[in-house]
Amino acid sequence: MKTKFKLLLTCSVAGLLLAGCGDSKKSNKGALSTNAAEKVYVAPGEYDEYYGFFSGGFSGQLSVYGLPSGRLFKVIPVFSQDPEKAYGYSEETKPMLMTSHGFIPWDDSHHPDISQTKGEVDGRWIFINGNNTPRIARIDLEDFSTAEILEIPNSAGNHSSSYVTENTEYVVAGTRFSVPIPQRDMSIKDYKGNFKGALSFISVDQESGEMDLSFQILMPGFNYDLSHPGRGKSHGWFFFTTYNTEEAHSLLEVNASQNDKDFIAAVNWKKAEEYIKAGKGKKMPAKYAHNKFDNSTHMATHTMKDEVLVLDATELPGLVYLLPTPKSPHGCDVDPSGEYIVGNGKLSANLTVHSFTKMLDAIENKKFDGDAYGLPILKFDDVLAGVVEQPGLGPLHTEFDGKGNAYTTFFISSEVVKWKLGTWEIVDRKPTYYSVGHLMIPGGNSAKPDGKYMVAMNKITKDRYLPVGPDLNHSAQLYDITGDKMELILDFPTIGEPHYAAAIKADKIMHKSRQIYKLDENKHPYVTKNPSEAKVVRKGNEVHINMTMIRSHFTPDNIEGVKVGDKVFFHVTNLEQDFDVPHGLAMLGANTTELLVTPGKTETFVWEPKQVGVWPFYCTDFCSALHQEMQGYIRVSPADSDIELSWSLDDE
Amino acid sequence: MKLRFISTALMLTICSFVISCNSGSKGKEEQAVTTNERKVETKEETKPAASQNSQNLPPSERVDLTNKGVGPIKSLELKELDQKLADKGQEIYKNMCTACHKPAKRFIGPAPKGILERRTPEWVMNMILAPEKMLESDPLAKELLKEFNGAPMANQNLSEEDARAVLEYFRTL
Repeated sequence: MKTKFKLLLTCSVAGLLLAGCGDSKKSNKGALSTNAAEKVYVAPGEYDEYYGFFSGGFSGQLSVYGLPSGRLFKVIPVFSQDPEKAYGYSEETKPMLMTSHGFIPWDDSHHPDISQTKGEVDGRWIFINGNNTPRIARIDLEDFSTAEILEIPNSAGNHSSSYVTENTEYVVAGTRFSVPIPQRDMSIKDYKGNFKGALSFISVDQESGEMDLSFQILMPGFNYDLSHPGRGKSHGWFFFTTYNTEEAHSLLEVNASQNDKDFIAAVNWKKAEEYIKAGKGKKMPAKYAHNKFDNSTHMATHTMKDEVLVLDATELPGLVYLLPTPKSPHGCDVDPSGEYIVGNGKLSANLTVHSFTKMLDAIENKKFDGDAYGLPILKFDDVLAGVVEQPGLGPLHTEFDGKGNAYTTFFISSEVVKWKLGTWEIVDRKPTYYSVGHLMIPGGNSAKPDGKYMVAMNKITKDRYLPVGPDLNHSAQLYDITGDKMELILDFPTIGEPHYAAAIKADKIMHKSRQIYKLDENKHPYVTKNPSEAKVVRKGNEVHINMTMIRSHFTPDNIEGVKVGDKVFFHVTNLEQDFDVPHGLAMLGANTTELLVTPGKTETFVWEPKQVGVWPFYCTDFCSALHQEMQGYIRVSPADSDIELSWSLDDE
Repeated sequence: MKLRFISTALMLTICSFVISCNSGSKGKEEQAVTTNERKVETKEETKPAASQNSQNLPPSERVDLTNKGVGPIKSLELKELDQKLADKGQEIYKNMCTACHKPAKRFIGPAPKGILERRTPEWVMNMILAPEKMLESDPLAKELLKEFNGAPMANQNLSEEDARAVLEYFRTL
């Protein structure tokens, strides 16, 4: 009786809370009347159960959240400059953002995917694609920093990327837009039959993680929207959704929505490897950047590559088959067993699920329904496993819980629908707020999903948070999926527009997280390993300062003899060897950002003083009780001054 | 253990913030206070000491050959000087310690010269290997922090072996 009363009270309080928030929340009542708070509460000092890596979308970065708390831990700069960490500003990191088009300060990051071993996420690296100027980045999960960026030639709108095969043999990157290959001056009107799409297979060194563009498969001029690897029985295959099989070049909104069915392209990459061994690949000139960060020199290098190995799918039988899939499919998702391939037809009323076993059978028995540019089209009914009837409007993406259920997002009807693999029956649906795009279950793109939580990433936020002007950060919603019914337990804002996310159990990563860079392993050409090595050297109008920092002073902190017109390089080494003691350095009037130097690292920025005077620099990261004392001065004399360079600390 | 370290770090951070708030709001006043403190210390130093162990001596000059400090080193017996080990210690000291400690002159922290006439070898080792713990629980370390303007001893993550080499080097000073 008493409990009942309490429950009633809780419900009515929840109801009251909701009443103030507008009509849209009515459907949400159920969640708040349960113990949702308990489920997402991570007490002060306790750890989250999962790391969640959320794509930063148009911020170009990758953000790290704790789940289930929804707390933001870090934003890892990847494709965009980050003044906070001097990424893309410091001399050491500028080469990371070089491309065949020169230095680019930004990109649109999309689909993060964690490396796998035997079909399970292993937490060695996480990959993410730059969509605009096609690139794939590898982030090292030991120090949560971007370790490598590889540009993808012959690609445009690098969208069906960056998904890994079950042993991280390859990271795969498909083009969204087809383009002339090689690029050339031609009329847009001649698109049809002349433009091509490239699907790129990037090999990954299992020790170092280093990426190499192994080969590209040239495909007809469709749009390649999303992709996923086969796994288990379908390991060795990769599946891509296509749209614009009409090959329209203008007003795609209408002109690319004409065909009743587009395709899922099934690519046999083991066959591709055989063709390459047999010498069927063709080397083609291509210009693309390969940028790597070295953790011993603490510097990035940028090199240009000039060749790529290409396989033409239309000339090589058995390499690619087309599975007809209704109405401009977007997500292309493979279940944990590798048997089912789900095509989320954006404009279709039903969800189409293909069977891998049936596909192999159709291929063997040549159950073809014509071809497209020589690629066999398999008969729809002969590859179809089942249809989820009328699940909602505008399906985009599907993830799996490893317990026989699939979860699909519906953009137009703003909901996640849970359905059963094999019987195709709908077992639950829950609204999202609002217009959900991607969703993520930890390990959801692997053979072993962890079906505890599901995160829906919504495109529109509207009234979910206090208004902060005309645009709002996108909202993510966390659902408990351990029961029969999904339960909404948390809202949290995200960075940019997260296109997909990936999550992994915290204990697979946390214990190997780097705490310091060892000073005695620092091979930076301008490292200063102890204060007695600190110096200031003039080379013409270049002045190189070898400086150290420790709690709480710089060595040296007084410098004279710098002149207007000089180019002053601050090469700063953080001598700390203790976890989480970075020091910052900012110089008044420098046309760049601060440096934020982690323990044992050396970083560099350039200052070109333009005015005579005595100018201060200081530590930007509150490092100790004497942080406010961590400062220095540089005297800048007129260009024709004959004052010699001198430097000191405490007048010594 | 780890949690405790984190909480210590957190406490230190909080302390730092509190101090920063003060200095932020008081500005010049705060500087005056620091100067005063220093003057007080100088006065104390010039006072005639009643005995070597007088509480009037600044903590860096006080002799305490019984306190072993808090940390991983419980007992350490010094044998004949090992010059090779001392040379190794000097190299480590140069890279890891000189940013704050000059061998024979007060700098950010105290000078190690003659340290074993005032401290037990265990205390010195624990100060190098577990400065957070020492600043939290060792009364002398706490007082030293005050004497040295609140600059906490940094943990440079030396191995026990390396710290031992540095200790051997201190014996040669």
